[in-house]
Amino acid sequence: MSLDALLFQAVNGLASASGLFLVAAGLSIIFGVTRIVNMAHGSFYMLGLYLAVTLAPKIGTWIGGPFGFWAGILAAALVVAALGALIEMTLLRRLYGAPELYQLLATFALLLVINDAALFLWGPEDILGPRAPGLSGSVMLLGRRLPEYDIFLALIGPAVLIGLHLLLARTRFGRLIRAATQDREMVAALGINEALLFTMVFALGAGIAGLGGALQMAREPASLTLDLSVLGDAFVVVVVGGMGSIRGAYLAAVLVAEAKALCTALGVVDIFGFTFNMSRLTLVAEFLVMALVLIVRPHGLFGRPQPPAARGGPAEPPLRPFSAPARLLALAAVALFAAMPLIGTLVSYAPVLALDMLVAALFAASLHFIMGPGGMASFGHAAYFGLGAYGTAYAVTALSLPTPLAFATGIGVAAFGAVLFGWFCVRLEGVYFAMLTLAFAQIVWSVAFQWEEVTGGSNGLFDVWPEWPFDSRTGLYLAAFVVTLAGLLLLRRLVFAPFGMALRAARDSRLRAEASGIPVARVRWLAFALAGAVCGAAGGLFAFAKGSISPEAISVGRSIDGLVMVLIGGVQSLIGPVVGAGAFTLLQDSVMRETDYWRALLGLIILAVVLLFPFGIAGGLSRGLRRPGGAR
Amino acid sequence: MTAILEVRELTKHYGGVRALDGVSFSIAPGELLALIGPNGAGKSTCFNIVNGQLRPDSGTVRILGRDVTGLPSRRIAHLGVGRTFQVAAVFGSMTALENVQAALIAARGAVFGFWRPATTIARDEAMALLEQTGMAGEAERPAAALAYGDVKRLELAMALAGDPKLLLMDEPTAGMAAAERGEMIALVQKLTRSRGLAVLFTEHSMDVVFGHADRVIVLARGRLIADGTVDEVRTDLRVREVYLGGTAAAEAAG
Repeated sequence: MSLDALLFQAVNGLASASGLFLVAAGLSIIFGVTRIVNMAHGSFYMLGLYLAVTLAPKIGTWIGGPFGFWAGILAAALVVAALGALIEMTLLRRLYGAPELYQLLATFALLLVINDAALFLWGPEDILGPRAPGLSGSVMLLGRRLPEYDIFLALIGPAVLIGLHLLLARTRFGRLIRAATQDREMVAALGINEALLFTMVFALGAGIAGLGGALQMAREPASLTLDLSVLGDAFVVVVVGGMGSIRGAYLAAVLVAEAKALCTALGVVDIFGFTFNMSRLTLVAEFLVMALVLIVRPHGLFGRPQPPAARGGPAEPPLRPFSAPARLLALAAVALFAAMPLIGTLVSYAPVLALDMLVAALFAASLHFIMGPGGMASFGHAAYFGLGAYGTAYAVTALSLPTPLAFATGIGVAAFGAVLFGWFCVRLEGVYFAMLTLAFAQIVWSVAFQWEEVTGGSNGLFDVWPEWPFDSRTGLYLAAFVVTLAGLLLLRRLVFAPFGMALRAARDSRLRAEASGIPVARVRWLAFALAGAVCGAAGGLFAFAKGSISPEAISVGRSIDGLVMVLIGGVQSLIGPVVGAGAFTLLQDSVMRETDYWRALLGLIILAVVLLFPFGIAGGLSRGLRRPGGAR
Repeated sequence: MTAILEVRELTKHYGGVRALDGVSFSIAPGELLALIGPNGAGKSTCFNIVNGQLRPDSGTVRILGRDVTGLPSRRIAHLGVGRTFQVAAVFGSMTALENVQAALIAARGAVFGFWRPATTIARDEAMALLEQTGMAGEAERPAAALAYGDVKRLELAMALAGDPKLLLMDEPTAGMAAAERGEMIALVQKLTRSRGLAVLFTEHSMDVVFGHADRVIVLARGRLIADGTVDEVRTDLRVREVYLGGTAAAEAAG
């Protein structure tokens, strides 16, 4: 590879870094002041781009094309900023005192609603924007044509960095932002209008992200998948740069973008006789950059350790074994599901739905294991579902392994992924943990999408059918029933065992757990790995049940489904996730298939649950079923 | 008799500030040693180096003759060191009894047990510890529902779970009512005697310190300025100067 190719890709990398930086900077500023990680931040970027491609031609007809392009970008950024202010005033304001998990979920619900709104307004097709007037050409650099617009974009990042620096250092608004970032209570005590400050900060962050999106107009089409892909990248950048640090965000954006650009520049290389197509490894590069930085600096390049965030809400009541009525209820449910093949002779659809419920229950229970007793809310549990499903599917289709062995392979792949990613994740707490798990899930999803030779790319893997005796619907159902029941009982057993007690202890008070000699990091790591393995089993069952697996089935959406199931059921209840999984599957089956806008519907359900039932539905029910004398 | 804790020439800088400057002291079994000093004297720094939360720039910490300088808290806990915090930390989602059971399980290194329900493990030992700290009546109550004074007692029971030789108590009576304070420190004193424990504690309440400590060490500006019995320290001129000077200054400011 030649030096000029490298340089060419380096400039290209800087252009990508600018867009990434704008999103991450907005995310960082908003977090600094409001302590909310805005999951909908990628949506602002996406909206900026959609608005720009719509507004630029319109404005162009009034004031002339060349001006229309730039006016369109500015207008898009301003509209997104105004929308940000509106969202802050109507929704986020109600969330500032809520538990972290609810803030994350509510803003994610916002992402879903915005995505469907964009689908409604602009349709499902990608929309190409106009080229930049005056910058549509290219300059010759070392014998290569370098698009002028890329050079312009590469300069925008540093320009915004300097602009933000001046804003923060020289203006009263900037001083207030810095003050609020360091000590919110003090700012409030000094009589500053906090509500106005928060609204303005949110508008600023949203506007910068919108600008970032709008600027991409001449480079990439507006697409509905941008919100999540940008969010995943922005999380990586923020984690690498250090939450709350603007220059850290820029440096990290450059690091990540350059690592990717370098891989693209290297192209196909031979290492020890093996041929690697490095341009396919851009995601792995991103992961490696993040891994290296986090090993050396656990809080990011310029980050400082954050004080543990308040979980909010009252402490959990002590765990109790089933009371007599609850045990009866559980046994009845088990019997009902065991008899499902018989019921199927009357209602043929029942076992199909029941199988979906079993998979969902196992998935949700494995997430709950680290989220409830572990106190670690993963926003990327779909990764292990996906690894289990793909591992199983690959073992069946490519390796032709017998069904039980293929299933075990899937679990093994998921467990391996959870051990690898978990090592990084369990070092972090709260929102950092959430961001990193989401970023890893995004990486797994992209690998499934890009590694066509193994994963079948966007089509996925087909003909994942089990062998005898699991090849009949009843055979598969009963096997899934046994696996799910065993998985649920195992997790339940673990929660009550010394290991689960140590996990709960570390959640309640890390300080006390360490002082008592509990190896908190190792306990959490193992819990993460176990949850990943059980989740992988759910994924394997899913692959067999559907006969296929595709990237769509393991997207971030599935991670969020899991969180919603746990939340509907109530985080504080052990049986909650199972109840929640059942309710969610029924709901999805009956309501969501009726509409194209199920994401928005799901978003509204999440918002309703978060704002109205802070302890979940089964959480409230189980309180009544507990043995007397335990909970107060 | 060999010292349970032996601290030699501890030094710690923060930027240009000397938080600790060549501090040495030791504790014998059965001794209740108070670490006092005005605000900013280096008490917390010294305490956190001994318990493993901070690493000193130089100097050593020995527990039962073993060099533990810079070991993480978790490892130090397993070497026979119990801790209580200024703001008592317990496991809120568990009953008082389960809290002590969790501490016992951790102390025995039995955390990686995956089958037997934890509530059936070490029940009697846990009850015995609750009895020693006067908490037996509250055994089945969730820790989150306990009064703060009881949380402090529960924390003490948990700190005793590993049968420690050394107890590190950061302001054991902070946040308690005046009457409770006396009871708490009397309890600690009793346990110190009966178990042959050594206790290092920091404390703001001078009543507690001068009423119960066997020995007092005084830090000022990172240096150890006095080490002696209650009476010796009370009459020490440098201590009087540090404290009375400080008080006078504070009164003038207030």
